[in-house]
Amino acid sequence: MKLDRRGFIGAGVATAATLSAPMVMGAAHGKPKVVVIGGGAGGATAARYIAKDSAGSIDVTLIEPTRTYYTCFFSNLYIGGFRDFASIGHSYGTLAAEYGINVVHDWAIGVDRDAKTVTLAGGSKVPYDSLVISPGIDFIEGSVPGWDISSQNAMPHAYKAGSQTQLLKAQVESMSAGGTFAMVAPPNPYRCPPGPYERVSMVAHLMKQINPTGKILILDPKPKFSKQGLFEEGWSKHYGGIIEQIGPDFGGANIEVRPGSMEVIIDGEVEKVDVCNVIPAQKAGRIAEIAGVTEGNWAPVHAADMRSKLDDNIYVLGDSSSQGDMPKSGFSANSQAKVCAMAIRGKLTGSSVFPARFSNTCWSLIETNDGIKVGASYEATDAKIAKTSGFVSQAGENDALRKQTYEESVGWYAGITADMFG
Amino acid sequence: MSTLGVPAQAQVDIEDGAKMFRRCFSCHMVGEGAFNRTGPHLDDLFGRVAGSIEGFSYSQDMLRAGAGGLVWDVDNLDAFIENPKELISRTKMRFKGIKDPVDRANLMAYLRQFSDNPANIPEAEPTLHARDPDVDPTILAIQGDPEYGAYLSGECATCHQIDGGEDGIPSIVGWMAEDFVTALQAYKSEHRNHPVMQLMAKRLSNEEIAALAAYFEALE
Repeated sequence: MKLDRRGFIGAGVATAATLSAPMVMGAAHGKPKVVVIGGGAGGATAARYIAKDSAGSIDVTLIEPTRTYYTCFFSNLYIGGFRDFASIGHSYGTLAAEYGINVVHDWAIGVDRDAKTVTLAGGSKVPYDSLVISPGIDFIEGSVPGWDISSQNAMPHAYKAGSQTQLLKAQVESMSAGGTFAMVAPPNPYRCPPGPYERVSMVAHLMKQINPTGKILILDPKPKFSKQGLFEEGWSKHYGGIIEQIGPDFGGANIEVRPGSMEVIIDGEVEKVDVCNVIPAQKAGRIAEIAGVTEGNWAPVHAADMRSKLDDNIYVLGDSSSQGDMPKSGFSANSQAKVCAMAIRGKLTGSSVFPARFSNTCWSLIETNDGIKVGASYEATDAKIAKTSGFVSQAGENDALRKQTYEESVGWYAGITADMFG
Repeated sequence: MSTLGVPAQAQVDIEDGAKMFRRCFSCHMVGEGAFNRTGPHLDDLFGRVAGSIEGFSYSQDMLRAGAGGLVWDVDNLDAFIENPKELISRTKMRFKGIKDPVDRANLMAYLRQFSDNPANIPEAEPTLHARDPDVDPTILAIQGDPEYGAYLSGECATCHQIDGGEDGIPSIVGWMAEDFVTALQAYKSEHRNHPVMQLMAKRLSNEEIAALAAYFEALE
């Protein structure tokens, strides 16, 4: 049974692999080279799996500007006081020391697809046979009138974790008593669909302790959002009436901000706020656009291996990719990375390639020991990554189950970060 | 799966069930004045949430199952008595199980006299679902391919820490292959109720489960 299965799967895919592999391996530059741009859930996982599973037969270079990577997932828990900041920071030492990955802390600023090189801000060029682009998101300029990247100190986005996350928490902590925290929520599609609403929960949790008369205002261009019923149930249970939502029917899609005077203008009405968390509309990380593998805001990929539809030597993972039904999440990027790593190894060394399988689960914390989750499994079809089945936490679940769900998320964090960084 | 089920009402023999209970009473008490001994007392067992007797020291796995919504109804109890580890991997109940469905039905008929709610277990329809949690020996006999398991394990490693840590999510490193297969098959058949694991298990073929079991058993 086992041999039949292996033989069958191996035969179909390995034929394609062995056709291309000798060309690459016979190339003048020796061992095949993989360059990975971006050291997050997609890039770090892909680099680690390619290096680990090829056992030295592929040169792997990981390009990531930050020396300590702060995960966006669980950064809301830091804001709420459930994690300390150091616990969401990770370094690349193990990937370099134990997996032999060439970790380069620099910005990738150019991709020459004909010469197959990546240009770094420092000036050097890094050659590749296969290139993985996993840069996460960038913001669409002008999507929130009045806000640009130069206003991010006055009105933080905190949607790329790090100093922005610390800044936002510090601003909430120094709000005047009874003041207002406003969030400008992003339009679809964006990174981490439940993220803005988990953040609201965490800010509410923090304010309950230090500023119980404070208010939270959500300005949302979307008529509905991920796990909405569960969040609203939790907000009403834990945080009374402090959270107000203004959806598109009431001007939530017509927002302007004035960072200088800390004002938001909602459908023409000026509102003075203490803290304003602006999460702009999003697009693929800039390097994907520079490489010319985007169409519109995102980079289209083949579902079976995350290969760019515009360049067979380039793979795009995670938030930047346009792949079908998977949400933009760290879990998704990690799942896609393992499929991609296997495909690249198969292409470059002729190793076995098994059918793609993808999954995702997003946990969110509403209040102490009140965790919820949503998840699904996916398969590769010709057209896209398609959802096969899914589940979501139910309203009115008992306390023990919610506590268990939260504890499970803590276990997941330990699991996925070990899977990324070794 | 066996075609044998819980027998119909006419076949249930409470007296025989009382005899079956002799296998249990060195650890479990039932009836007036029953208290916890090595095992929890079994008064009001039917309808009880698993792991819910105050003051009894349950296994972590039993507590997890209870928090996940496992209730001792006739189906779940039948499955547990047949093979305790099938339902609760690391249960403290050191009992290899009762394989004969008639014996189990008789035992439950005896035990249900000490439960008020629901009182009509196990005789009344339609609660009589035939469930056979024992994994088909041909499935257990499949030799898994650890290389394929290594690839598939990438999906597990997103949550289960490969270094064996188990805060919040149980470790699956070094798990005996037979227990691994039994547990995964139980998620696949929805005997076990964790939604993420059901999702994962349902799309794994028997060969894929065997491959994962072979990989994780060998992992240190």
